[in-house]
Amino acid sequence: MPEKIIESCSVTRLDILNEKGEADQALMPSLTDDHLRELYEMFILARTFDHRALNLQREGRIGTYAPILGQEASQIGTAYALDKTDWIFPSFRENGVLVARGYPLYMILQYWGGDERGIKVPDHLNIFTISIPVGTHVLHAVGSAMAAKYRGEKTVSMVYFGDGGTSEGDFHEGMNFAGTFKLPVVFICQNNQWAISVPRERQTASKTLAQKAVAYGFEGIQVDGNDILAVYSAAKAAVEKARRGEGPTLIECFTYRMTDHTTADDASRYRTKEQVAAWEAKDPLLRFRLFMEQRGLLTEAFQKEVDAVTKQKVDEAEKMAESAAHADPSDMITYTYASLTPRQTKQMRDF
Amino acid sequence: MAKLNMVQAINLALKEEMQRDKDVIILGEDVGRDGGVFRVTEGLLDVFGAERVIDTPLAESGIVGVSIGMAARGLKPVAEIQFMGFIYPALDQISSHAARLRSRSRGRYTCPLVVRTPYGAGIKAPEHHSESTEALFCHMPGIKVVLPSTPYTAKGLLISAIRDPDPVVFLESARLYRLIKEEVPEGEYTIPLGKARLAQEGKDVTVISWGAMLHRCLQAAAGFSADVIDLMTLNPFDEETIYSSVKKTGRVVIVHEAPKTCGLGAEISASIAEEAMLFLKGPITRVTAYDAVLPLPKLEDYYMPTVERIKKGIEEVLKY
Repeated sequence: MPEKIIESCSVTRLDILNEKGEADQALMPSLTDDHLRELYEMFILARTFDHRALNLQREGRIGTYAPILGQEASQIGTAYALDKTDWIFPSFRENGVLVARGYPLYMILQYWGGDERGIKVPDHLNIFTISIPVGTHVLHAVGSAMAAKYRGEKTVSMVYFGDGGTSEGDFHEGMNFAGTFKLPVVFICQNNQWAISVPRERQTASKTLAQKAVAYGFEGIQVDGNDILAVYSAAKAAVEKARRGEGPTLIECFTYRMTDHTTADDASRYRTKEQVAAWEAKDPLLRFRLFMEQRGLLTEAFQKEVDAVTKQKVDEAEKMAESAAHADPSDMITYTYASLTPRQTKQMRDF
Repeated sequence: MAKLNMVQAINLALKEEMQRDKDVIILGEDVGRDGGVFRVTEGLLDVFGAERVIDTPLAESGIVGVSIGMAARGLKPVAEIQFMGFIYPALDQISSHAARLRSRSRGRYTCPLVVRTPYGAGIKAPEHHSESTEALFCHMPGIKVVLPSTPYTAKGLLISAIRDPDPVVFLESARLYRLIKEEVPEGEYTIPLGKARLAQEGKDVTVISWGAMLHRCLQAAAGFSADVIDLMTLNPFDEETIYSSVKKTGRVVIVHEAPKTCGLGAEISASIAEEAMLFLKGPITRVTAYDAVLPLPKLEDYYMPTVERIKKGIEEVLKY
């Protein structure tokens, strides 16, 4: 009997905004001018905050920091597609997401300054704690989606990880659960081309990361991760699909980590200046700015206002983080269990 | 009152808790239609449906990681890992997340999760089916470890574990599953976590054990005036019951079927040395498995402490 093809697959890629800031009108997502201005404000805030955090680290005022430079469109565009009641599961390089969702900036600085009070997520934000072990939190988002489905809630869970994360077992187990149970979860893979020093090609022989979804029975799509309109559009479609009960989506945001992995890293050891320069031309802010200008939204007055408000917010965050009273040392014991064990009660006497 | 074995007692606890609380959900490999490979969840699928008794893909880390997400969102998952020897892929999830979620989030998120798994040798199973690595989990602040030795205590402890606001690793002796039957009442009763029980009272020696070994200890201690302590909760363990018994008897034998080095006996022994040293009449004695990989079934009877070895341990310490 001749062999026959019993399954075939294809992976789509979405681009809306080119490097000149010209949008493909046919693909333009429904965003009002107010929405676009809001996205722009978030973008400036995320980039400014990131820059400030980096400086604070260099001055020894916070600890090791993971910068987001270059990935803002991927982060803000995806987070903006969610409702307030939806759930976010961040990894450690998601300050753009946190900024977009209104996470108190001073708490982000507190966290990177080594104070756990910074990830006591405020009750009104459906954001999970930052997860550092790569890929492990994918499962938590899937569990959250399972809980939502069980309770008949219409909430969507969105989880963020990188290209390196797709090599972890928990990523695959999470994708498999999500597909099997058709769960309302959106997987956001920010393929920034580098997992510390290891290039994307060394993570997988697959042509794209988006196609990983195919093996788990659902759709994967690649988007230009430096194109905030494409990112938003793909995320919005995936979120709506999940909310309709039509299951998960994997979105590969094709982007670039413009700087070091963290402040403890030196990316010049393993990648070329030429590569970095080529990506500089694709800067997500550059093209979003051009787009806003061409649309007549980026007036001098608006830019001035955004700059002033941003500076004020970041200054205030810095001041609040640095003026916070020192954490109570007994806190490290207090939150281990709902109540202290007898042995912990004795240990508390040290404080 | 019905006489039940441990499988039936645990099944009853699960059923009653699921009837009481819609947030209690079971998930794991073969827990649904098959009722679990030991039939612990038998019949629950029919009563509660596939939404609450969930046959998952074969992925231990996935089962626990997904349960953590569910627990953080307010459900009370009871995850089954088919054998303790297969729990290791989930160690990362248990240690890196379940144990730390409350602390990391300063109480915003919690993890009211139970991970049930059969442990221990003595059922002539293939490699990896007879592990007793409870000490690994006792070394994870944020995790509670519970290990019943009888059907009655299994039910009461499991109900407490399910209602506990923190993650509990609940270890069930595969050897004891069908070995003992005793009266187990229907309806709610709980046994508090963190409390031990005196399975036998005496005055000359304190024998401390848990799970399957507890029964060998009782056999070995017959004829001696011994306190036999069933620890039940391994972390946090009941220091008070241990110290007050040791202060009375002055002699201690600790028995477990895990290897000696860094087993839980080491922690109990050190604790006694710190808190009750001056009451001791002789050295603290440990009767344990050997510091070797658990053998295949032909040799497992040589590996685990036998009644004879425990008896010898008691006699040794009674020389002082």
